[in-house]
Amino acid sequence: MSETLYCGHCGEPIAGGGHDACAERLRMEPPRFCTHCQRRMTVQVTPTSWTARCVEHGVTSSP
Amino acid sequence: MSTAAQETAETTAEDRDILAIAREQVLERGVPLTEDQILRVMRTSDEALTDLLALAHEVRMKWCGPEIEVEGIVSIKTGGCPEDCHFCSQSGQFTSPVRSVWLNVPELVKAAEQTAATGASEFCIVAAVRGPDERLMTQMREGVKAIKAAVDIEVAASLGMLSQEQVDDLVDMGIHRYNHNLEAAKSFFPQVVTTHSWEERWETCLMVRESGMELCCGCLVGMGETVEQRAELAAQLGELQPDEVPLNFLNPRPGTPFGDLPLMESSEALRTIAAFRLALPRTILRYAGGRELTLGDLGTRDGLLGGINAVIVGNYLTTLGRDPKEDLKLLEDLKMPIKALSSSL
Repeated sequence: MSETLYCGHCGEPIAGGGHDACAERLRMEPPRFCTHCQRRMTVQVTPTSWTARCVEHGVTSSP
Repeated sequence: MSTAAQETAETTAEDRDILAIAREQVLERGVPLTEDQILRVMRTSDEALTDLLALAHEVRMKWCGPEIEVEGIVSIKTGGCPEDCHFCSQSGQFTSPVRSVWLNVPELVKAAEQTAATGASEFCIVAAVRGPDERLMTQMREGVKAIKAAVDIEVAASLGMLSQEQVDDLVDMGIHRYNHNLEAAKSFFPQVVTTHSWEERWETCLMVRESGMELCCGCLVGMGETVEQRAELAAQLGELQPDEVPLNFLNPRPGTPFGDLPLMESSEALRTIAAFRLALPRTILRYAGGRELTLGDLGTRDGLLGGINAVIVGNYLTTLGRDPKEDLKLLEDLKMPIKALSSSL
């Protein structure tokens, strides 16, 4: 798997920081951006889980 | 000042007057508050909040009983909606990061199974659309049939505005309850949605109410409406007489016109819950989206002891909720039994 470069919430580069609020948001919502390539993902939320799919990097699921 | 007795001592004469009226009218006689009375309740002081919540809880226990209805929801069609509801991350008109996606029938059945496993009696299938097209109605027909064959749960739907033919189709599918929210007071609606009218929503609600399906019609508060408009909304819902009112609190979504609005104050949210209960004494009043952010754990508990008698457990359509186990534990702690399947409140 490639390196984590982007914020899953806002899609901006994580280098330089400033994503504390995004991290807090990600406690209550699934990621919308691929952390490897910044693409918007297709996200499906179900009552007790979620999946997020990047066309390049595949599927990420809730823990 | 922290005890209930001290708080009561600081309430105003106006607080005490409207609470006494509500006690006699709503609690004793089951007559909903009028719009003017709802407004007076919504203007009560913070010092009266404890007494107000206690009264709303008494009203709920007397006219609805102790049971809590538990529901799970899922989005069958997410994003790409042509409408411009300013609070919604699923509108295709805003720069929201939510992308369009459909749930297939096996995934729908799995979501219903997840919901049933929490002890919920209701499973609502929601689509981000103006109204259903033939593709969506076909998907619903197949999905509902598969769910009913596999899962012991009532199926509800929320598919936007309907024609009479679509209402009849949903009845034939065995849909138990249909959700279509007013969202906002009639006077505030044009500031929330411009692609359809409040009256169009009202018309769909009337058709559903006449169809034999239960009507679920709720709203979203904290969008910048005035307290007068909030009272107007509660009165309009009272006039419609839905079986259920889901109460959402704005969770400002990035990229939407309301994305930068502040969260509603928790005391204001609790006062709204109690006022809605006094306006709708016999209705299922459900915690819906935004409660986790607006109320937190303590406020959630206060609302359950202040008029709420139904919850959405687990995740929402595009955001996450609390772990269902936490909500179920809270209900157990509060000695509030979960409504069993096929019983009525």
